[in-house]
Amino acid sequence: MTELSNPVPSKPPRSQWLDVWDQFKSHRGALMGGALFLFIILAVYLGPLFWDLEATQIDIRARNQGPSWAHPFGTDQLGRDMLARMMAGGATSVSVGLTAMLLALFLGSFIGVMAGFFKKLDGPLMRLTDLFLALPLLPLLLVMMLLFREPLNATFGPEQGIFILIVISIGVTSWMPTARIVRGDVLALKEREFVMAARSIGTTNSGLITRHILPNVLSPIMVSATLGIATAIITESSLSFLGLGFPPDFPTWGRLLFDATDYLQQHPERVFWPGMAISLTVLSVNYLGDGLRDALDPRIRGR
Amino acid sequence: MLTFTIRRLILAVPTLLFISLVIFLLLELAPGDPMAQVPLTVPAEVKEKMRLALGLGEPMHIRFWKWLVQFFWIEPQVLIDNIFGTGLADGKLRVISWQTRSPVMDIVVQRIPQTLWVVGTAYVVAILIALPIGIYSAYRQYSWFDQMGTFVSMVGFSVPPFFSGVLVIVIFSVQLGWFPSIYDTTHVVDSWDAFVYQLKQMIMPVMVLALQITAQLSRFMRASMLDNLNQDYVRTARAKGLSEYVVVMVHVLRNSMIPVVTVIALGIPSIFGGAIITEQVFKVNGIGQLLIGAIQANDLPMVQTLTFIFAVLIVLFNLIADVLYGILDPRIRYD
Repeated sequence: MTELSNPVPSKPPRSQWLDVWDQFKSHRGALMGGALFLFIILAVYLGPLFWDLEATQIDIRARNQGPSWAHPFGTDQLGRDMLARMMAGGATSVSVGLTAMLLALFLGSFIGVMAGFFKKLDGPLMRLTDLFLALPLLPLLLVMMLLFREPLNATFGPEQGIFILIVISIGVTSWMPTARIVRGDVLALKEREFVMAARSIGTTNSGLITRHILPNVLSPIMVSATLGIATAIITESSLSFLGLGFPPDFPTWGRLLFDATDYLQQHPERVFWPGMAISLTVLSVNYLGDGLRDALDPRIRGR
Repeated sequence: MLTFTIRRLILAVPTLLFISLVIFLLLELAPGDPMAQVPLTVPAEVKEKMRLALGLGEPMHIRFWKWLVQFFWIEPQVLIDNIFGTGLADGKLRVISWQTRSPVMDIVVQRIPQTLWVVGTAYVVAILIALPIGIYSAYRQYSWFDQMGTFVSMVGFSVPPFFSGVLVIVIFSVQLGWFPSIYDTTHVVDSWDAFVYQLKQMIMPVMVLALQITAQLSRFMRASMLDNLNQDYVRTARAKGLSEYVVVMVHVLRNSMIPVVTVIALGIPSIFGGAIITEQVFKVNGIGQLLIGAIQANDLPMVQTLTFIFAVLIVLFNLIADVLYGILDPRIRYD
């Protein structure tokens, strides 16, 4: 026996996700964006555990205070602690963003896969997508807020009802880009040999979709997920800012900004905090998406 | 090309009809009562009559049909009447706003100039800023200018207009006192001072809108330039000995403008939608503010008509973008 000309690889094969992570690390903006987003999520969800002041606790003697050690972000016109309100508002805004994104993602991937995979459904589903793209979304969202607020409030209570309403209306009006991208990728994948091979050994359609198609369209889905969070947070804040979002005593970042504009001349810093929080969250998510797109694209990876 | 345009125009009709039906049905579900503002001392039977006078007594499909007739048949007649002084629409019932009891289209026509001035200027300013930025960032890819451009457009994407608007109000109106924070639409430009004042009050809303549009357009311009800069014809042009200016500004730019022009066309209707917030921040009484006011006052005919106008704009500019693409790029033929 001669020795093997090529030595046996000593290192175990690297997984795909390790490569993705390596590429992601090299994108400095994405890394910072991801860290910032993680920090914001931790701050809004875990922050209230370390900060005992309640977001709704009124202390009228301490109203309109500037930043101090007791109230790092100051207090509002009713003496409520702004830091606690920022964390409570952030928890709502980020939750709305995440859930609405998940809903839009689910709808978009489902419709995209269906349209790409089943030829019969392609025409009708894509016409539906075009139709949704032709709808004026912000006006429609405002109209939906106006119409369904009362009945949902009656059923689920004011906070739950409006949460469900906002999440659903943002979800059903923002799935179209995902559906289009996913459909395009599925159309291309469907003609590939591995799909044909899987079909030839008798894999059912549902098996094909879950085993072979979905994992391969995961990267565009993940990229549109990050962008979806950004648009959902901005849309929710816009609705709150226009006075058609959450009820007044229920803080969200958009609502806080809207309330603060009344005291613009006396206390401009109160506008600054929520606006900065929205902008930073969206900025970090956008950078995260940018990095993910590069990291998940095998043509760029390893260069 | 012509047959394609005609086919698309015909296809747009059922789309628009369907959209108007969706909007109508959505509004039908409205729990709000247009009589809610009427004092309680008004007896119930009088209220019922007022309801009938608003056209609420008819079944749903008849009201939808009436709205369609009013919007697509009577309103164009009113337009013709106004232009040529004829009397086609005399005595015919138009779409009436519940808030003001005057025809919706009259109010829209009053509000459109303000929106067009602010939004239109913002769009032109944004294009003028975005194109050079995009071109130069692509030409010097990964230079500090490109990195700055990327960062600024990321910020433009991320900062919502209701924050950037309020922020510039705080800085330039409250702290520095340079510009008025409220857009005065009754202002008449008749002298140099009045013109300067008009400029001052337009700067902030225009800049806030332009920042967003610039962010998107400059990214598109950059990507499109980058696609073209490495093409073979660019090498050929350089090999022929053309100057760098001619290569970039004539050969590459003309080819990269094709997708950008369509993106500009596609963006116009969404600008009307995006302007809703900016108009609200700066109190510009344009179409966006009209819509918000109508929604808060439960003025359904107004909401229906305005939303539909937005939909018409979207469909129309989609069509224009497709046709432009075909005209500008000879490789694309729809037939």
